[in-house]
Amino acid sequence: MSTPTAILAGFQAKRRATRSRTLKPWYKNGSLVAGMIIVGALVLMAILAPIIAPYDPIQQNLTNTLQAPSTSHLLGTDKYGRDVLSRLIWGARVNLRIGFLAVLIPFVFGSILGGLAGYFGGWLDAIVMRVVDVFFAFPFYVMVIVLVFILGSGEASIYLAIAAVSWVSYAKIVRGEVIVAKKQDYVVGARLGGMSHGRVLVRHIGPNVLSQAIIYGMSDIVMDIMAVVTLGYLGLGIAPPTAEWGSMILDGQEFITTLWQQATIPGLIVVVTSLGVSFLGDGLSDLLSPDRRK
Amino acid sequence: MTESPLLSVTDLVLGVKRSKGSTVIVDGVSFDVATGNRFGIVGESGSGKSMSLRAIANLLPAGVNVMSGSIKYNGEELVGMNRVKRRRLMGPEIAMIFQEPMTALNPVMRVGDQIAEGPRRYLGLSRKAAMELAVSMMARTGIPDPAKRALAYPHQLSGGLRQRIMIAMAISCRPKLILCDEPTTALDVTVQHQVLRLLEELCDDFGASLVFVTHDLAVVNQTCRDLAVMYAGRMVETGAVKDVFRDPRHPYTKGLLDSAPDFDQPGRALVPIPGFPPNLAHRENACSFAPRCPFVQERCLEGAPVLERVEDGRESACFFSDEIFKKVRV
Amino acid sequence: MLHRLSFIPGRLLQAIPVVFGVTLLVFFMAHLLPGDPALAILGDKATEDRIVALRTQLGLDKPLLVQYGLFLSNIARGNLGDSLTYQVPVSSLVLEAVPVTLSLVFFALILGLLIGIPLSGIAAVKPNRPADLGVRAYTLVGQGMPQFWVGIMLILFFSLKLRLFPVGGYGQTAADHLYYLFLPALTLAIALSPTLIRSLRSSTINVLGSEYVATARSKGSGGVALFRQHVLRNAIIPTVSIMGVNLGYLVGGSIVIEKVFALPGLGSLMLNAIFSRDFPTIQGVTLFVALFVVVVGILTDVVYTLLDPRVNFSSKERE
Repeated sequence: MSTPTAILAGFQAKRRATRSRTLKPWYKNGSLVAGMIIVGALVLMAILAPIIAPYDPIQQNLTNTLQAPSTSHLLGTDKYGRDVLSRLIWGARVNLRIGFLAVLIPFVFGSILGGLAGYFGGWLDAIVMRVVDVFFAFPFYVMVIVLVFILGSGEASIYLAIAAVSWVSYAKIVRGEVIVAKKQDYVVGARLGGMSHGRVLVRHIGPNVLSQAIIYGMSDIVMDIMAVVTLGYLGLGIAPPTAEWGSMILDGQEFITTLWQQATIPGLIVVVTSLGVSFLGDGLSDLLSPDRRK
Repeated sequence: MTESPLLSVTDLVLGVKRSKGSTVIVDGVSFDVATGNRFGIVGESGSGKSMSLRAIANLLPAGVNVMSGSIKYNGEELVGMNRVKRRRLMGPEIAMIFQEPMTALNPVMRVGDQIAEGPRRYLGLSRKAAMELAVSMMARTGIPDPAKRALAYPHQLSGGLRQRIMIAMAISCRPKLILCDEPTTALDVTVQHQVLRLLEELCDDFGASLVFVTHDLAVVNQTCRDLAVMYAGRMVETGAVKDVFRDPRHPYTKGLLDSAPDFDQPGRALVPIPGFPPNLAHRENACSFAPRCPFVQERCLEGAPVLERVEDGRESACFFSDEIFKKVRV
Repeated sequence: MLHRLSFIPGRLLQAIPVVFGVTLLVFFMAHLLPGDPALAILGDKATEDRIVALRTQLGLDKPLLVQYGLFLSNIARGNLGDSLTYQVPVSSLVLEAVPVTLSLVFFALILGLLIGIPLSGIAAVKPNRPADLGVRAYTLVGQGMPQFWVGIMLILFFSLKLRLFPVGGYGQTAADHLYYLFLPALTLAIALSPTLIRSLRSSTINVLGSEYVATARSKGSGGVALFRQHVLRNAIIPTVSIMGVNLGYLVGGSIVIEKVFALPGLGSLMLNAIFSRDFPTIQGVTLFVALFVVVVGILTDVVYTLLDPRVNFSSKERE
């Protein structure tokens, strides 16, 4: 017997099959490849910093301060006589590490909370969503700055502060996706088939909703890199003398009339990093949910 | 010879640009509409009837282009006409009525303002005078309490009222040619009838000509004098409505007639046309109706028939139009 | 018309738990400080006497619930405590700084729309053509630029090179303010524009493909008139809610921008308070900003309702 639903299901399955057949291989995905090249190069630069950096990034040389770019110091030296290029290269370590790692806690925490709220609904959902509303009332930088102040400076507080602010977005996204997913036939069917809530969430709903969280996570990495750089610029981030791009811009701003490169170049590398991550995110979202792309 | 027709479409070809070449979606459509005439174009969805109509109104969706052919309005060529000049024709000369009055009305604008928009632009009326005209046009289309309804937003009105708004909008600048794209499809049958009556009445009163696109033969029968049947982007039969209905000369037209309910013969069984319309991207050198045709012959697969005169004022694109004609007679 | 706004009381009621939560969070900020808050606030300036004095001033010697009750009743009376640095009520400091930040934010919003509307329109008219690709590249790059760095680059170019605008400060007269605020507002507008353009571009593409735009064209509308009368009014509706969320983002961004341009707004107040460990001021500014965001959320719903006659929050259940 073929009911209209069955016919429709067959038709959709066929459409899905055609789509996956026409899906291009990952290496033909321009954004993904561009993102991998840019991010890969930056990560390589961070890993190889001790080898490729021409100087020690924190070694002061007070007889050789504020030099314009020259062959011995390609980007000049800062007010303590440190080599700007070397600091730029070493800065990749701190900035990339925090940018990429900071998404992990909010991703896991927010997804779990949002997933549970969306799946079980009721009072749990009501409470979680009110808490989300409360956190949404605090603008990102206000919250991060205050929390870093409260928790004290240092890398650990940055992770915590970012986590405290950004979990709400994951919770909201995953909640919405779960609410849609739990009404799907295969989920209803699994429950009717006697599967426990836990197994349904992990086996059937999880994989389908997480792709949206992962796509958001990529744009969140860009946000976090911005946050780290901004905290550095405000003097609230990684304590000196560690090389960090944001504090390099702050140092450079002081001498912008004479040595414009020192504020400009670290900013440019932030732009390149964000572009790389954005490309990677675009490419990933192509891979993870091709049907949602316009 | 009589004067030149109000609208004359000749060998119109529309295509969609694809990465590899273009797909022709309307192929060689030609027809004339004389002043005061009502012309129907009938076909399934995807037959190219709506696209042909939109080409006349210069409203082709992005990606669809006029590839060749000519559209003459009052002797003036519209294809390739200066954009601003052509735009100025829309409203006072040519107006259009769309299928879905819900989506065809701007949801955030009061309907009175939407009707008044054209008159304000073309008749140089003040906001107040244009609004008064809009209200009188609404009254003309039989909308009760028009002054109050003019202040409503589209979502606050029923489908029938919305279509009357569309009609009021179309006639507000007294156009000479009204293009209708399935104007009654989205409406209840009773409302359909009223709206059609209204359209006819207004066309007669204003002396406007009508081009009426629909998939519904009954509607054409009621409204139009001449018609063209389109299939897979081509015209397959043309003629006066009463002749074509009495005596179809193309198997597709016959199929359409057999598959539509007929109120004069309520007992007759409805015979659907089997199969689906062809994919226009893979057009073969054969009659495009052949795969669905109950009268198909070898010859139909060896070449595409062209529209040929079968009788005075009648054309058909079928190699066997005479045979079918005979079979029907039996 | 007016009855559609009858959702406002209900919406205000809905905001109550959020406001309550906000005060709770701000209140507990003090208790998140590791160890004794008074000690943490005073840092290396702590002496036995000062700690005791501060504990009394902050009410830390009372039970937690009593403290929170006092905190709430003080807020209700507009009392945010006294600044430790300036020894004046925090509320007066906030009130002094608010006009600067608000003018900055609204100026930025206007500039953002002035940048965003034409660019998204150009992009949407011919999707995937060079102009569109250019606009999309701009949004991608724009998103990747740290705001403060954009500010510095604008200073470098417009102030130092072209000498068109001051490098910072706020000026004396109202005309001065506008002049001084231009570059900071432009910086924020650039930061805002990628989100704005993305949203507007996709909604404009949708609207351009809609039947009612075809209808408008069939009435002879075209060009700028079509865009203004039919496209923009519809396309901007989904963007309004995004703008509502982003106004909070703008306030957050203004903290950083105010430092770049040395503007005496909430951001500078907040940063100075942080560096001088002036806890009541930090608390006051945070609370004010959060409440501002809540109010903006409600205003966004009002604007949304006014723009879209179909929306009826009173009868529609909200997610």
